[in-house]
Amino acid sequence: MSSAGLIGASRGWRRPVDAAVGILILAVLLFPVYWMVNVSLQPGGRAVGTPWFPLNPDIGGYVQALEEQGANLITSIIVSLGSVVFSLAVAAPAAYALAKFRSRWLTGLLFAILVSQMVPGIVVANALYSMYNQLGLLNSVVGLIIADSSAGIPFGILVMRAFMMNIPQSIVEAARVDGAGIIRTFWSIVLPVSRNALITAAMFTFLFTWGDFLFALTLTTTADVRPVTLGLYSYLGSYVNDWSAVMATAVLASIPAIAMLVAAQKFIAAGATGGAVK
Amino acid sequence: MTLRAERWLQLAFVVPAALYLVFFFGYPIVQNGVMSFQEFTTRTFFTGEAPWVGWYNYVEVISSPGFGRVMLNTAIFTVVSIVAQFVIGLALAVFFRRRFPLSGVVRSLLLLPWLIPLIVSSAIWRWMLDKDSGVINQVLSGLTGSDVSIGWLTDVNIALPAVILVNVWLGIPFNMTILYSGLQDIPEELYEAAALDGATGWRAFWAITWPMLRPVTGVVVLLGVVYTLKALDIILGLTGGGPAGSTETLATEAYRLSFGQFDFGAGAAVGNILIVISLIFAVLYLRANRKAVDE
Repeated sequence: MSSAGLIGASRGWRRPVDAAVGILILAVLLFPVYWMVNVSLQPGGRAVGTPWFPLNPDIGGYVQALEEQGANLITSIIVSLGSVVFSLAVAAPAAYALAKFRSRWLTGLLFAILVSQMVPGIVVANALYSMYNQLGLLNSVVGLIIADSSAGIPFGILVMRAFMMNIPQSIVEAARVDGAGIIRTFWSIVLPVSRNALITAAMFTFLFTWGDFLFALTLTTTADVRPVTLGLYSYLGSYVNDWSAVMATAVLASIPAIAMLVAAQKFIAAGATGGAVK
Repeated sequence: MTLRAERWLQLAFVVPAALYLVFFFGYPIVQNGVMSFQEFTTRTFFTGEAPWVGWYNYVEVISSPGFGRVMLNTAIFTVVSIVAQFVIGLALAVFFRRRFPLSGVVRSLLLLPWLIPLIVSSAIWRWMLDKDSGVINQVLSGLTGSDVSIGWLTDVNIALPAVILVNVWLGIPFNMTILYSGLQDIPEELYEAAALDGATGWRAFWAITWPMLRPVTGVVVLLGVVYTLKALDIILGLTGGGPAGSTETLATEAYRLSFGQFDFGAGAAVGNILIVISLIFAVLYLRANRKAVDE
């Protein structure tokens, strides 16, 4: 029997074992997520240990969460969508320039983007607070949208640039020969071709902004403009006696991540590795 | 269109991004540097005055009784988190390289902890680690048959390890994903050739996987250090830096000084110390990389 046959034979029993181990790893690592859902469905006010399964699901937690956090969820949606639009508008042209134009300045810009990843959020927040205070941007949706884009813009530039570098030069040049200007080429050739990269950048920008906590915490001082992350944190600040509402809020705040993981797996996988600089 | 006009148009593509970087990264760094030499408090917002105090903020911060603890916490938090995330992430990446039914689905589902908001994760873990009714103590009680009530987040000796545990859990998906993609780039023939020479399992790992993975390892560890040093959400959500400062790091200290005590000058000083430490790691990384290329 050849060695290939031996390997094939040993794989026969190994594959199901591997699959079982894989599922066990998944169960351990995702247990906290399961626990969040489980607690969110338990009747509130329970003093002793939480049951392992929500056998008698109670939506009281969700009712309370929506009552108390409904407005905050809407704020989060508005800020996240605004950040997606703003980030793509800023990042897409820059990504194209960095991918296809040649200039010393562009190398500098790329370096600046990489360095920007190292700047701690608290440093940015510290300086932005006084700037926003002067500009009247504290407690504003616009202020949050722009500040929250500080994650999406550098990330979007890196992901879209990596993709646009692979657009064949011939496609771009053909458009130019047909008389299309640089802006037209970008708008009607480059952007449509880069659709997948745009979607990846948009989804991650949404997730970044949706999950933002630091800017929400430091750049808002009242409850007028309060994303759901801050709403959740305000629960944690006080003594919690009803965890089902807290966990229901946590579940609601996790919906975008779960939805994207289920519906758009390939974009998530692309973004996860695309963010790590090539 | 003239070539000159085209040059200007090209510039227009990067102007918004360049301006954004200037205002939201450049300006904060400079402003932070300036503020760290000023007495910059809430009063400044009313009077507009921020008196120059030289190195006072730095001296004050560094000589404060808790600072040694903060530095030590930051070092322990960063080093232990990075090592554990990396080792577990790499083990999982190697494991998932074996193709088995459902491996793709399982691998992508593992990304979930990385995608949900950090503050959600802190809320979940805070409840799981609760001293009286948390599920962790519940499980430990069941396993040991006695009544376990560990104050995971309230005991000064255990809070930091508990926060690190949660941070490791958060970092595993990222490490696993990047390392997995690095593994994919290692040609299968290398393993086949090594297997003919009798090198399989651990020997193949040390002879092929580890050296071939080196560039990816460098990036993962550097990004890990940078992200972990500035981690704030998770600590604020879990312990708020407590109990008794036992989980306070440079990032939470900067936050506490600026937005808890409204001493923005002192907060800026701590923030700058944080930036300098990050920079040192980045430079070390770049030098190590250049050396590797030279060799």
